[in-house]
Amino acid sequence: MSAQQTNGSQHSTSANGSAAADNVLLDVKNLQKWFPITAGFFRRTIGHVKAVDDISFQVLQGETVGLVGESGCGKTTAGRCILRAYDLTGGQVLFQDHDGKMVDLGPLNNNEMKPYRQQVRMIFQDPFNSLNPRMPVSDIVGDPLKINKVAAGKELEDRVAALLARVGLRPEYMRRYPHAFSGGERQRIGIARALALDPRLVVADEAVSALDVSVRAQILNLIKDLQEEFNLTYLFVSHDLSVIEYICDRVVVMYVGKIVEVAETEELFAQPFHPYTEALLSAVPNPDPRMRQQKSRIVLEGDVADPANPPSGCYFHPRCRYVQDQCSLETPELREIAPGHYAACHFAEELTLTGVTASGELG
Amino acid sequence: MDTPVLIEIKNLKTHFFLDEGTVQAVNGVDFTIHQHKTLCVVGESGCGKSVTARSILQIVDQPGRIVEGEILYHRPDRLSGVGLSEDLPSPNGAGGSSSTEIIDLAALDPRGREIREIRGQDISMIFQEPMTSLSPIHTVGNQITEAIKLHTDMLDDEADEHAIELLRRVGIPRPAERLETYPFELSGGMRQRVMIAMALSCNPALLIADEPTTAVDVTTQAQILELLEELQDDFGMAIMLITHDLGVVAEMADDVVVMYLGQVAERGDVESIFHDPKHPYTQALLKSIPRLGVSRTMQRLDSIRGMVPDPYNRPTGCMFGPRCDHFMPGRCDAINPPAIQLGDGREVHCLLYEDE
Amino acid sequence: MAVTDAKTLPPETVSPRAADAEIESSVSVASQWQLMWWKFRKHRAAMAGGVVTLIIYAIAIFVEFLSPSSPGVIRADYTWAPPQQLHFFRQTENGMRWDPYVNGYRVEIDPEALRRTFVIDEEQIVDVGFFVRGETYKMWGLWESDLHLIGSTDEEVPVYFLGADRMGRDLLSSMIYGTRVSMSIGLLGVFLSFFLGILLGGISGFYGGTVDNLIQRIIEFIRSIPTIPLWMGLAAALPTDWPPLRIYFGITIILSFIGWTGLARVVRGRFLSLRTEDFVMAARLDGASELTTIWRHMVPSFFSHIIASLTLSIPGMILAETSLSFLGLGLRRPVVSWGVLLQEAQNIRSVATAPWLLIPGLAVLVAVLALNFLGDGLRDAADPYNR
Repeated sequence: MSAQQTNGSQHSTSANGSAAADNVLLDVKNLQKWFPITAGFFRRTIGHVKAVDDISFQVLQGETVGLVGESGCGKTTAGRCILRAYDLTGGQVLFQDHDGKMVDLGPLNNNEMKPYRQQVRMIFQDPFNSLNPRMPVSDIVGDPLKINKVAAGKELEDRVAALLARVGLRPEYMRRYPHAFSGGERQRIGIARALALDPRLVVADEAVSALDVSVRAQILNLIKDLQEEFNLTYLFVSHDLSVIEYICDRVVVMYVGKIVEVAETEELFAQPFHPYTEALLSAVPNPDPRMRQQKSRIVLEGDVADPANPPSGCYFHPRCRYVQDQCSLETPELREIAPGHYAACHFAEELTLTGVTASGELG
Repeated sequence: MDTPVLIEIKNLKTHFFLDEGTVQAVNGVDFTIHQHKTLCVVGESGCGKSVTARSILQIVDQPGRIVEGEILYHRPDRLSGVGLSEDLPSPNGAGGSSSTEIIDLAALDPRGREIREIRGQDISMIFQEPMTSLSPIHTVGNQITEAIKLHTDMLDDEADEHAIELLRRVGIPRPAERLETYPFELSGGMRQRVMIAMALSCNPALLIADEPTTAVDVTTQAQILELLEELQDDFGMAIMLITHDLGVVAEMADDVVVMYLGQVAERGDVESIFHDPKHPYTQALLKSIPRLGVSRTMQRLDSIRGMVPDPYNRPTGCMFGPRCDHFMPGRCDAINPPAIQLGDGREVHCLLYEDE
Repeated sequence: MAVTDAKTLPPETVSPRAADAEIESSVSVASQWQLMWWKFRKHRAAMAGGVVTLIIYAIAIFVEFLSPSSPGVIRADYTWAPPQQLHFFRQTENGMRWDPYVNGYRVEIDPEALRRTFVIDEEQIVDVGFFVRGETYKMWGLWESDLHLIGSTDEEVPVYFLGADRMGRDLLSSMIYGTRVSMSIGLLGVFLSFFLGILLGGISGFYGGTVDNLIQRIIEFIRSIPTIPLWMGLAAALPTDWPPLRIYFGITIILSFIGWTGLARVVRGRFLSLRTEDFVMAARLDGASELTTIWRHMVPSFFSHIIASLTLSIPGMILAETSLSFLGLGLRRPVVSWGVLLQEAQNIRSVATAPWLLIPGLAVLVAVLALNFLGDGLRDAADPYNR
């Protein structure tokens, strides 16, 4: 544990924060988000869906961290907690302000959040639902500027035009309504809206999942280009491992509200330490028919555990093919197995898991 | 070298007549499905892959209808003459094939008895979202046995037993208990399995799977794909798999049809489509997808410029022309490229190969 | 890490749909209301319903001018006079001539009942004219006039295009005056319930939790009470010595007391579903305040739906008023509404002797159907973005 002094912050860095602390833009500590399950006439709470249950990770300035997992693993909820679209059940979301101080976004109210809403922005998954169909593009992209009193009048229009041009749309289309655009174009509008306030952290929630294959590459490239141009930091939430591999520097793997593995992208894909990561990697279909025979696909049994009623011990144990007695009894902690590589598995050191080798280019 | 032909689609055109204009969802599509083989139809949204599948079963939604073309179903011996009247198109000894009967599905009345006999019994279909195709108010057992009793003369007990066997076969634990459950009590993956069990209840010659794994997670997708492969070995049906995911195609397909905007761009066996793509669209598509194990070393993906045109503003000439790197002005925007045979069952619709 | 310089990379520009851009542009920049209008226009029944509704409301506005006489004028000499058919042309030696007239009445004595009945007398001719001077009235209560669209040229001899009631009052005039009351009670009642519905539904949907629970239970309670007895009870509570105008408002309030519940549910449902929409969350993440989010994003999104359900609830109000007045619990003479008129057709004797008294029922039917068609069309057009 490297408890290095963050500028003015009394908190020590969390378990997986081996990187230099003053470089940390976002420090999520023991984040919890439970949704109550209510029943009956008086809406009594009879239980909780532990969508996010005690997760900690850091995002460094300028890097892209991937949050990956299957549906219901809590990755989207985690992203939305960081954006403070949800109130937290517990834990801290420490964000480095312009002056270098770490601010906990968790307890802030709507008014206090306002300056940080400019710095932390979001790109949505669904390019159709995320744009108000009743507003022209100039308003959609211009509203954040107007609300935060960054620009007005002619200047506002110029900024919107510049933003649209930057994301590859013709500024003349500013007067159009979203229905006149295709999915890919709409996603560009959504990106322009996210960039309007010169953010430092962008949470991209499945930003390319709803797009056609041929458009997906354009948007991924755009997201990458913009990062270099504007010195952005991304938290990239996705279920698509090949996209994660392409765009992320570090990856956080989640399963039923908990982090099971954290590592640099290259390491995680080449040498996973958690059986779930291994299974996930193995399940991705390889777009090369020649690999069909060579690959021994791990097919997981059963379904993802119910976050309202998770199994005992390690949540993954009912589906794990390396399961032992200890797994159903003790909950494994997230431990550093190799430098910068964390996994929550009792047997991470003993198991030899297969990752994805860098197979050659296709002829 | 190939198994006998099962379905032959010739110049199929299915159009939708809307107030805003006519959408040529499928516009002159030809391809063949062979017995016991898996054919993958791949393409982006709006390419007409689903409408093609629905045309085969004559379940195109209003206001769409087949306006031209033939869908020839070579009925295998095993299924011939089961309840079908004799006044159907007479068999024309299709040299060497084991089929005795050829039925043009496109010519049948969408509400007629003949096509209803074929649906479910000869050809069945599974959909992307099983919840919308399963009845929420009937138990799983009810729905499967109903499908069985519709096409066979099994008694209630036999049908129940058959249903349990089918559920066991598609990997549903404790199948006898599951007969009494309702679809909403099952997870997405389980529902898809129930759909598959229903589709296979009459041992069809062709199973059409329309994006069967798009709505489920990767690990569930792997389960379903593996199941489909196993079932194909057991039941011997042909599979027509519709997907936009090239990874799924590479894992499953024997033959591939690449579609773009209602037309076939190219078709061939899976090996040559992936390792020797001819059509610029296929080439670009393969280059633009991130690949596990490869993409982490890549700085940028090669993307296709532009976007799929909207259905009311289709380009003239080649549909892919405006986005193509090999665009030849004056030719590609004037001529709709015809099918060019390249041997070994390969076919490409591109003027680059015209002189070959 | 940064091998490529971002600036040298041209952004992958989206291909301009060059030629189509011009044609398409009108759709592209079309606002929600334009799109709705385009969609609505295609709905033929709704267009027809809309036109009929407009006509009916136009009648309601120009009541005084359109009706041949006042509904309150009692002429004891003309009890249950049958409708007189309007003839536009008169037969003369040199062909037909434009000269509107009606045939007059002849009194016959029913030999069995010894009752006087009026029979159309083909011999008599009463001249009818357009834009004639007749009884004086106060237009909209503002200025005096005596101009009528149609009427007898001789003020002494009345005409009954749709017959007369038991007191010799002109049914056509009564019906035209009834249009104003019946149609406005629908409108007024709906606006009142609109206000209540939006307020309570909005609170319910926006705050959720206990408040929502409470309001929903109240709605369920109100809806579970059988409407007719409730109206009867409330109407009976209105003091009998109130002037007609106050009774009119009292009835409106009674009707909207029930009417708001449906609307509140619609508003609440919209609020709940909109709160989870991505674009509403996007607005919140832009830093917009709650109020801005509601006014700029949520209200415009359901406003068209509200208008549609508003239109659809007017017929309910009209019918409710009609049934209340029919039961004798609603409006009373001298205020005339369609329901008041129908009350006179209640007993079999009057229907047997004067079947024309049922004509106001036809007016109710036409108005309700037209509003329903219009509302249906509006509802279909309300969300032009659903494909």
